[in-house]
Amino acid sequence: MRSYFPRDMSLHIEDLRATLEDGTEILKGVSLEIPKGEVHAIMGPNGSGKSTLSKVIAGHDSYLVTGGSVTLDGTDIFPMAIDERSRAGIFLAFQYPSEVPGVSNANFIRAALQARLPQGEEIDAVAYYKRLYGKMDLLEIDRKFTARSVNEGFSGGEKKRNEILQLMMLEPLYAILDETDSGLDIDALKIVAKGVNAMRSPERGFLLITHYQRLLDYITPDYVHVMAEGRIVRSGGPELAHELEKHGYEFLKDLALA
Amino acid sequence: MITTAPHTSATFPAWFTDRQQAAWTRYLATPTPKRGDETWRFSNIKQLDFAGFSRNASTDPATDLVARSSGLEAPAAKFVFINDTLAHAESRLPAAAICLPLAEALVSHSALVEAHFMRQETRLGSAKYAALHEASLTNGMFIHIPDHVEIPGTIEVHHWLTGANTVIFPHTLVVTGTAAKVRVVDIFRSADQVQPGLAIAVNDLSAGPGSKLDYVAIQAFNEVTRVIQINETAAARDAATTGFILNTGAAWARNESLSRLEGAGSRSDMLAVSIPARAQEYDQRTFQHHVSPGAFSDLLYKNSLYDHSNTIFSGLIFVDEEAHHTDAYQTCRNLLMSDTCEANSMPGLEINADQVKCSHGSTSSQISEEEIFYLRARGIDPVAARQLIARGFSVEVVSRLGDDALEALVIRFIDNKFANIATGGA
Repeated sequence: MRSYFPRDMSLHIEDLRATLEDGTEILKGVSLEIPKGEVHAIMGPNGSGKSTLSKVIAGHDSYLVTGGSVTLDGTDIFPMAIDERSRAGIFLAFQYPSEVPGVSNANFIRAALQARLPQGEEIDAVAYYKRLYGKMDLLEIDRKFTARSVNEGFSGGEKKRNEILQLMMLEPLYAILDETDSGLDIDALKIVAKGVNAMRSPERGFLLITHYQRLLDYITPDYVHVMAEGRIVRSGGPELAHELEKHGYEFLKDLALA
Repeated sequence: MITTAPHTSATFPAWFTDRQQAAWTRYLATPTPKRGDETWRFSNIKQLDFAGFSRNASTDPATDLVARSSGLEAPAAKFVFINDTLAHAESRLPAAAICLPLAEALVSHSALVEAHFMRQETRLGSAKYAALHEASLTNGMFIHIPDHVEIPGTIEVHHWLTGANTVIFPHTLVVTGTAAKVRVVDIFRSADQVQPGLAIAVNDLSAGPGSKLDYVAIQAFNEVTRVIQINETAAARDAATTGFILNTGAAWARNESLSRLEGAGSRSDMLAVSIPARAQEYDQRTFQHHVSPGAFSDLLYKNSLYDHSNTIFSGLIFVDEEAHHTDAYQTCRNLLMSDTCEANSMPGLEINADQVKCSHGSTSSQISEEEIFYLRARGIDPVAARQLIARGFSVEVVSRLGDDALEALVIRFIDNKFANIATGGA
């Protein structure tokens, strides 16, 4: 009989170490477990390694993993290619989404869904558009965006909403949102939060990476972690975010001294 | 190659016989381009050895080729030529419009054809082959849209090459009157994938005042065929012309495109998408000639190069002394899809007027790794990701045609080429 371990139902990061190509160590032993159904937030100053953590999990090849592990429901993700990780259920909402000229948003999302189907199976176009329009309405994205090239000429807020649209269409097991709140005005932030909250489910884990507490006013996390110099230095409940908002990251200096 | 003077049909008017004879003399007198000629810089001159090609009266398999001539769902008119012989014609055009095989128009509308037939001097290198074309052509299309007549939809013309070592001389002459409107697509294909062919094609566009003339050439010959395609466009006052070339086929294709902005306020959009793979070579020469003031020209050529393919782009914007307030742009962009392809770009500019807005530029780049990462992070495999991006690169130009049905047709040929590349040409 197969024994049940919590890590079978989580995105489990253990003692993760990663360097840049030139050998500079960015992640210096990050450990974090995100069980399904929970929302974890990582906060921290610029340069603490937050974005690197998200890219290493997604499989970006600018980083070299030098130690530790990341498992998705018990499966080691490091042997998987970038696209395999996505199909296995990891989603990264980009801080700076790429523009893809000449590829319409609708065709792009459709290609991503098609990639998840067995060879020879085709997406039903009518059902696809119905579902797409439903999500777009929730995110208050104009219908004309289906025909526009992916992210080309989009404002910062439109790009971020488009990331959440992809999240909603692809329905991953674990979603990592890298500074999705940056560059958003308050209205856009509320819409993005509405999308994320709609996706919260016992079947899905979230990792929110943010510099500011602002996003957490609208998406209440179960846990907050503070990252500094490539490590998680503090973990706590949602109240930790408020504490950081009040006192800033000054306390990190004390930690460093200690 | 053809070594004896072509025989002009006895049914054609005397002026045409004279033109063909004069052209033949000119063809013989004009030297073959050689290495070192400016207009053939970087060109593979060896491709100009046309020994062994001859005309072919056969239209086999005619029924099959007419059946395979699928294009738009509802073209305004549709003509199919096999080895320059008319095999099918249908038309839903208004009575005022003339849309006839050239052989017929030469008889029924002789003076009108004479007024417009090959009026511009071929200046971009292929004068010899333009002369050969003029001397040799036996048919083609003559489209004349009178003043204030607008043709809804698109006139579709298919040109098939069949039989080994066959040469064809497709000719498309389109004339619009004042405030008239027309859209024409030529589709060039081979009957099979193995028999070598040669096409020396000319299309001549003459846009009358305030008219709108859009022309698309889809070149999808087999990969053992060679092509010289000469495009001449003249735009009168306030006329707007679009010329679009798609190259997916042929072993070697040479496109020479000249737009003359003859009238004030005229506009010319010169667009091309080329997707060479394997050992395909595309050699493109362009000339934006601003004769009148206040005209606008915008050239956008995009090449996606795979395998060992290569492209040459040489473009010149030339602004005459009187052509003040000219707006002229020229961009050639190369997307390098392999480490062994080669793209040569030679943009050029000569301005002799005042208060001119001109820019020219060419770029060559590979797909950015960040873009690939973004697509892969959505689950798209690297091969599909590269294809999606390359397709998008081409589609961006196609979307400037501004007609959904025609865009879909062009994209169909683009997708066929990408599918062909994905399967290694099988």
